[in-house]
Amino acid sequence: MKLNVNLGELSLKNPVMPASGCFGFGKEFSEFYDLNQLGAIVIKAATGEPRYGNETPRVAETAAGMLNAIGLQNPGVDGIIERELPFLESLDTPVIANVAGSTIEEYVMVAEKLSNVSTIEAIELNISCPNVKEGGIQFGTDPEVAQELTKEIKRVSGKPLFVKLSPNVADIVGMAKAVEHAGADGLSMINTLTGMRIDPHTKKPILANGTGGLSGPAIKPVAIRMIHQVRQITDLPIIGMGGITTTEDILEFILAGADAIAVGTANFQDPLVCKNLIDQLPNTLRKYGYESLQEVREARCTQVSI
Amino acid sequence: MIQEQLEVCVNVEIAKDTFEMKLKGEMEQLVDQPGRFIHIKIGDGSFHMLRRPISIADVDKENHTITLVYKVTGKGTEWLSERVAGDKVDALGPGGQGFEITEVKNEKILVIGGGVGVPPLYHLTKELVENNDVTVILGFQSKEAVFYEKEFNQFGDRVQTLVVTDDGSYGEKGLVTDIASEFSQDSTRYFTCGPLPMLKAVKNQLVEIPGHISLEERMGCGIGACFACVCHSTNESGYVKVCKDGPVFSSNEVIL
Ligand SMILES: Cc1cc2nc3c(=O)[nH]c(=O)nc-3n(C[C@H](O)[C@H](O)[C@H](O)COP(=O)(O)OP(=O)(O)OC[C@H]3O[C@@H](n4cnc5c(N)ncnc54)[C@H](O)[C@@H]3O)c2cc1C
Ligand SMILES: Cc1cc2nc3c(=O)[nH]c(=O)nc-3n(C[C@H](O)[C@H](O)[C@H](O)COP(=O)(O)O)c2cc1C
Ligand code: FES
Repeated sequence: MKLNVNLGELSLKNPVMPASGCFGFGKEFSEFYDLNQLGAIVIKAATGEPRYGNETPRVAETAAGMLNAIGLQNPGVDGIIERELPFLESLDTPVIANVAGSTIEEYVMVAEKLSNVSTIEAIELNISCPNVKEGGIQFGTDPEVAQELTKEIKRVSGKPLFVKLSPNVADIVGMAKAVEHAGADGLSMINTLTGMRIDPHTKKPILANGTGGLSGPAIKPVAIRMIHQVRQITDLPIIGMGGITTTEDILEFILAGADAIAVGTANFQDPLVCKNLIDQLPNTLRKYGYESLQEVREARCTQVSI
Repeated sequence: MIQEQLEVCVNVEIAKDTFEMKLKGEMEQLVDQPGRFIHIKIGDGSFHMLRRPISIADVDKENHTITLVYKVTGKGTEWLSERVAGDKVDALGPGGQGFEITEVKNEKILVIGGGVGVPPLYHLTKELVENNDVTVILGFQSKEAVFYEKEFNQFGDRVQTLVVTDDGSYGEKGLVTDIASEFSQDSTRYFTCGPLPMLKAVKNQLVEIPGHISLEERMGCGIGACFACVCHSTNESGYVKVCKDGPVFSSNEVIL
């Protein structure tokens, strides 16, 4: 069965990719399988300077999910280009860079540097990391700010730009419209939902940062709802994510309106999950009566108005 | 590192809430040094998204088993304690870097363990005793928590094992550091694993001799990809990953 998909200019051999922050820069997972099998690879967020991130504990488990407050730890954009990208260069699979920052200038600088590297085929703009406090600019929740940032990045980057939306907003459709208007080539949705856990013994938050981002199967219905809503108002390609662990989940995301999907937390539970999903997807599609991915997209659920 | 369905051979309570589990499979053959860990999936994973790291306490080359000793502290370890012989456990491993001891010969070594930090030190001591004299100090909260004293005693004359308890209900009353000071002069090196406050105290006390510390940190991936398990370090990048660069570090490499 043909699994290839086009996300605008970007063509993927299948719709499955690991989500940013859950796959490092690929090296660790290459011990388990050939990364060329993936539709694409989204690497960990890059910031202008190296960052240590938050204090530990940075992760906590929840019912069917987890909280994380890594705090965008990364070796900085130059460190990533020098030390991490060479490994990915030889792969025959598109690499998407996830870009973060605390000011518009930082975002622009990082996006520009990464756009100039041939290994990177697209940029994913992370306007939605809930774990970084400084800056105070609400990139992910203020449509005007998101719009301005998207415009600025488009000015310096010739690569397809996917804006990764935060679910921590009242009006997801408004955010999607704003970044589409500013020239985004696609959308990634969703990032994590802000959450918190308290240890009953110490009466303190379990995460050192206090709050963290909720991911995993627990957030899947939120992702499905938001993608379904946004699909009604835009034709932009959507990379869907949030709790995907099975091929049935993938089918559900595509029926909601996604064109490709990313797998985050499930990689921690099973490092082979992306490979297994790709292998099993044709069978699952057939089981539900589809002969191609295109048929699933055409069968998209459009009736519900929300 | 591999992913394997290991078969439970034994799972018994050996002290209060503390279980010894033997798991059979190919993974045993990959355990090249003491101090590495395996990362265990809990249930079918649909409720518990995160695996649980547990140190390898011993390997049995003949029967191809890995021994774990773990304490029931929450839902994950509770599930583990309910496994019976014949059940399968989904394990990733062996993870991380263990105790590097190939060069350690003809030394007087201090091994200091606290609570469930003791298990990896059993495998370590078993390997160290072939070429070294070892003093083992094991600290537990109380008598009912004590385990593996007999097993350490079976290593023979080159290993001296001392047990302390916080409340004095068994062995000497006090902390491992109270006893460690008696041996610090004579020792050439120390190895330690246990709760963070204990590791800090040991590190601060035994500054004169080279130390090797096994750390614990909450893990996401367990393979070095997610940056959940970092610890401040004196190296160039300012951090190390416990799951990939550790769990064992030299004492001057990490900032506790
Ligand atoms: C490298 C390493 C080796 C370890 N070796 C042993 C061992 O040999 N024997 C033993 O009894 N325990 C060991 N631990 C601690 C063990 O991993 C935790 O006790 C266990 O994860 C608790 O899980 P739970 O579901 O029972 O508890 P819960 O409190 O319900 O755990 C919830 C979450 O917290 C995490 N977690 C809780 N405590 C710890 C901890 N101390 N360290 C890391 N993650 C934690 C779990 O992974 C899980 O994600 C080790 C930890 C590490 C990092
Ligand atoms: C540990 C961890 C780190 C993450 N880091 C990033 C990141 O650097 N950039 C980003 O855009 N999203 C990051 N995310 C969010 C994921 O990419 C994904 O959007 C989210 O986890 C939902 O998918 P999931 O439920 O499959 O994990 C991170 C998630 C986790 C769990
Ligand atoms: S647990 Fe993911 S990097 Fe250590």
